[in-house]
Amino acid sequence: MAPSGDGAVLTVDVGRRFGDFRLDVRFTAEAGLTALFGRSGAGKTSLINLLAGLERPERGRISVGDHVLFDADAGIDVAPDRRRLGYVFQEGRLFPHMSVRGNLTYGQRLSPNAGPGQDFDRVVDLLDLRRLLARRPGNLSGGEKQRVAIGRALLANPRLLLMDEPLASVDAPRKDEILSFIERLRDEVKLPIVYVSHAMDDIIRLADTMVILSDGAVVATGTVEDLMSRLDLRPHTGRYEAGAVLAVTVAGQDLTFGLTELAFGANRLVVPRLDLPGGTSLRVRIRARDVWLCLTPPESISGLNIFKGRVVEIETGTGPLADVRLDIGAPLIARVTRRSLHEMALEPGKTVHAMIKAVAVDRPSLGRRGTRPRRG
Amino acid sequence: MWSITPLEIEAIGLSLRVALWAVLWSLPLGIATAWLLARCDFFGKTLLNGVVHLPLILPPVAVGYLLLILLGRRGPVGAWLFDVFGVTVAFTWKGAAIASAVMAFPLMVRAIRLSLETVDYRLEEAARTLGAGRAWVFLSITLPLIAPGILTGTILCFARSLGEFGATITFVSNIAGETRTLPLALFTLTQTPDGELGALRLMIISVVLALVALIASEVLARRISARIGG
Repeated sequence: MAPSGDGAVLTVDVGRRFGDFRLDVRFTAEAGLTALFGRSGAGKTSLINLLAGLERPERGRISVGDHVLFDADAGIDVAPDRRRLGYVFQEGRLFPHMSVRGNLTYGQRLSPNAGPGQDFDRVVDLLDLRRLLARRPGNLSGGEKQRVAIGRALLANPRLLLMDEPLASVDAPRKDEILSFIERLRDEVKLPIVYVSHAMDDIIRLADTMVILSDGAVVATGTVEDLMSRLDLRPHTGRYEAGAVLAVTVAGQDLTFGLTELAFGANRLVVPRLDLPGGTSLRVRIRARDVWLCLTPPESISGLNIFKGRVVEIETGTGPLADVRLDIGAPLIARVTRRSLHEMALEPGKTVHAMIKAVAVDRPSLGRRGTRPRRG
Repeated sequence: MWSITPLEIEAIGLSLRVALWAVLWSLPLGIATAWLLARCDFFGKTLLNGVVHLPLILPPVAVGYLLLILLGRRGPVGAWLFDVFGVTVAFTWKGAAIASAVMAFPLMVRAIRLSLETVDYRLEEAARTLGAGRAWVFLSITLPLIAPGILTGTILCFARSLGEFGATITFVSNIAGETRTLPLALFTLTQTPDGELGALRLMIISVVLALVALIASEVLARRISARIGG
C-alpha cells in the first residue's frame, strides 16, 4: 500500500564522511515526487546509497512512514534487503544472466506481500515491456534497459522508489517516453519517489518538491515554484537557465489561432496550442531572459502576454546583467541590463509591466503537476 | 595388442577416482577461499594467500613429505582422524586424493578468484535492494556469473590430479591396486625390464584422457557463456 495524503513519507537526518567529503543532510519528503537536485559531486548518489542501506551513515536517523530504517543512537540499521526501497540505478544494473522476465520477477518472488506494484501484467503494460520479456539485457537499448530497471524495482513492491539519474544513459528521443512513464508512476501507481537529477528541465516536469544539495549539505527545500523564484538560489539552480516556475491550469483553447490559455491567479498566459483537456494542472517555466520590462502599458506589441506587477527584489552581479523579481500575482523573474535598470530607475516597490513572448513557453519547459493537494 | 589390459584398467579407474574425489573436496573449499581472498579484508590474508599458493612453488616431494608428517598414522592430524573417524589416509587411495587436491588447490582458487574479481559488485548491491539476503545473492547472482571460472578451475584441478606424481608417491607410496595411479604405473613400467611397450601404451592413454577432458571443458564453457549472454 502506498502512503498517501498528509505527513512525511521519508524523514532523513544523517551524516557521514567519505574521505575529504562530508555529507550532512536533513530533509523530509512527502507523497509525490521529490527531486534531489545538485551539481555532480554535491553528494546526491552518496545520499541515496545511505537511504538504500548500501552505505552506513555515521550519525542520524532515516525513517519511511512509521518504519525506522536507521537510527545510530538506537543501534538500528535495517539491511538493504529488508528496507523495501526500490532503487533504480543510473546504469540500470540488470542481471546479465537472466532474461528480462527473470530480471522483472527477481524482486517480486522475494517480496513478502502483495501490493500495487505487484501486478506483473500491469507493470509490464505500464512500461511497455511485453515484447522484451524473452530478451537478454545485453541486447537492449539504453531506454529499454532503464524501463526494465524501473519495472524490476516496482515489482519488488517498494514503499518508496529511489531513482538515481535514470535518464543519464538514455538517448534524447527516448527521454520523453521515460519521463511520461515516471509521471504515470507518480500519478497512477501513487508511489512516493525520490528522484536524483542535475537536469532542471526534468525536475520542473516531474517534481512536486525539490531539495537542493551542494557540497554535501541541503541548501534549500520547498516547492519547485518557490525555489525557482528565489534569486539567492540562482548559483545552484543555474544562472543561464534561471527563471520563475508558475503553477497554472489549462483555462481554454483558441482554435482559430492555435493558442492555449493558461490561468494562474487572476491572470491568463497565452501559449502555443497544447493538446490538453481544460483544468489540467501544469508547471510552466518562464526563463528570465524571455521577460521584458516596460514602465507604461505597451500597445500594439506582438508579445500577447502583458502582466502588471511590482518590483520585489533586484539582484545585480558583477556582470552587465541584473535579475529583477516581480510580483504579478505570482513570482516572475526578468533579466535586464544594468543600464536599463538605471534608465528605468527600477527599485523595489515600483510598478512595471512585464511582457512574455508566447513562443518562449515551449514543451520542455512544461511539467504536468502531481495530483496530490499542494500547499500554499 | 589393441585391448586394454586389466592392469591398465585398474590404473585408469584409480586415477579417475582419485581425481574425482580431489575435485569434489577442492570445489567448495576453493570457492570459499577464492571468495575470502577476492572479497574480504582480514588480518592474515597475505599469509593465507601464501599458504594456498605454496604447493605451486614447493617441490611436490616436499609437499608429500609434509602430508606424511601431518596425516600419517602418528601425525597430529592423522592420529586425530583415526581416533575420531577411524579413517586412515596414509598409504591408501584416499591419501592419494588428498595429495592431488592439495597440489591442484592453488590452480582452482586462482581461476575462481580471477572470475570473482570481474563480477560487478554493483549487481549484487542491486539484488540486495530487491530483497535478496546475502546468501541468496551469492547463489542467484554471484555463483552463476562465476560459473566459467568455476569450470576452468575444476578442469585445471582435475587435469592436475590426473598427472600428480611427486606428492603422491612420497605420501602414499606406490602400491599396486591402492595408490598406483596412471603416472605411477607409467613410472613403474619405465623402471621394469621389457616395460617399454606398456609405458608407451600408458603414455598414449594419458594423452587421450587429457584431450577428452580439454574438449569437454571447451564445449561446456561455450554453453555456459551462451547462457550468461555477455
